[in-house]
Amino acid sequence: MNNKSKNFLKGIKDTSPLMIPVVPFGIIFGVLAIDLGLTPLTTIAMSVIIFGGASQIIFLQLFSAGASSLVILSSVGAVNSRHLLYGTVLSEHLSDLNLTWKIIVSYFLVDQAFAVSNNHFNKNKKDKDKHFHLIGGGLNCWTIWQVTTIIGIYLGSIIPEKLGLTFAIPLTFLALLVNDFRKLINVIVIIVSGTIATLGYQIIPFKAYVIVAASVGLLVAFILTKFIKKNYE
Amino acid sequence: MSNIILIIYCGLITFLTRFSMLALLKKEMFNNRIREVLSYVPSAIFPAIIFPAIFLDNSGIVQLENNPKILAAAIAMIIGILSRNIIATIISGLTSYWFLIFVV
Repeated sequence: MNNKSKNFLKGIKDTSPLMIPVVPFGIIFGVLAIDLGLTPLTTIAMSVIIFGGASQIIFLQLFSAGASSLVILSSVGAVNSRHLLYGTVLSEHLSDLNLTWKIIVSYFLVDQAFAVSNNHFNKNKKDKDKHFHLIGGGLNCWTIWQVTTIIGIYLGSIIPEKLGLTFAIPLTFLALLVNDFRKLINVIVIIVSGTIATLGYQIIPFKAYVIVAASVGLLVAFILTKFIKKNYE
Repeated sequence: MSNIILIIYCGLITFLTRFSMLALLKKEMFNNRIREVLSYVPSAIFPAIIFPAIFLDNSGIVQLENNPKILAAAIAMIIGILSRNIIATIISGLTSYWFLIFVV
């Protein structure tokens, strides 16, 4: 097996545990979209064209509340602003790729693929085929997302809302941080960002609480890493 | 604006946020200091999605009492710290949540 397929398969393998919560998430999206009166075709088009769980759920929430196109668009932009940081982190590893590969990688750059591929890239800095890891992981997410969207469309209202499956969403992101809970600076950044997002949810306009909280969190990391290093030097 | 046009615009904006930094930045622009700070990106972003989903109710108001999600998330976090296992973290959180809302 060549290096490309090895990376590709490892990407699929590494993202697989993260796919468990994507299943109810995709089904919930399909169910909600049909409940809100979107056609099955429009629902599938959303999962293929947008391909972002948080963006699609925000879209539905605002759409059902009768928000204007401009508010929906800017909110989707705000929720997506975290991808700017993903791109910033990954460009260190992927800036040598040509434009076509950058476009393909960008389409597949979802939270789960970012989390596992970033670790993989850090461990395999020299490998020039390492982007296949992200393609494999991203394609895994993509397939699960499309299939579960379709299942959701068919299941319609069968799944009881009481099950509270949306709770799987924060749990997924929590699980992505398991390695950071033991490090002091990470824990402080986590608490600062989470608190600002929670308290700012209502106050910060255009659902921009995600990017505001993340920016302050990064600023705290910037200050703390400087301070703690000085202590050691 | 028709639904499909709005969806295409939303898809475009999603793609551009993923693509822009990857296309614009070059490896040489990163020194060790920037790299170190960027390693905190997941810790800075994910809590902004996690905390509101746990502590806020459906209308966006902070709900600290009668909120089984807080205890369930705490259990998931402890399991996560002890096991460092992604599946164990998610499953322990979901099962304790169901236990709290259906059994207790």
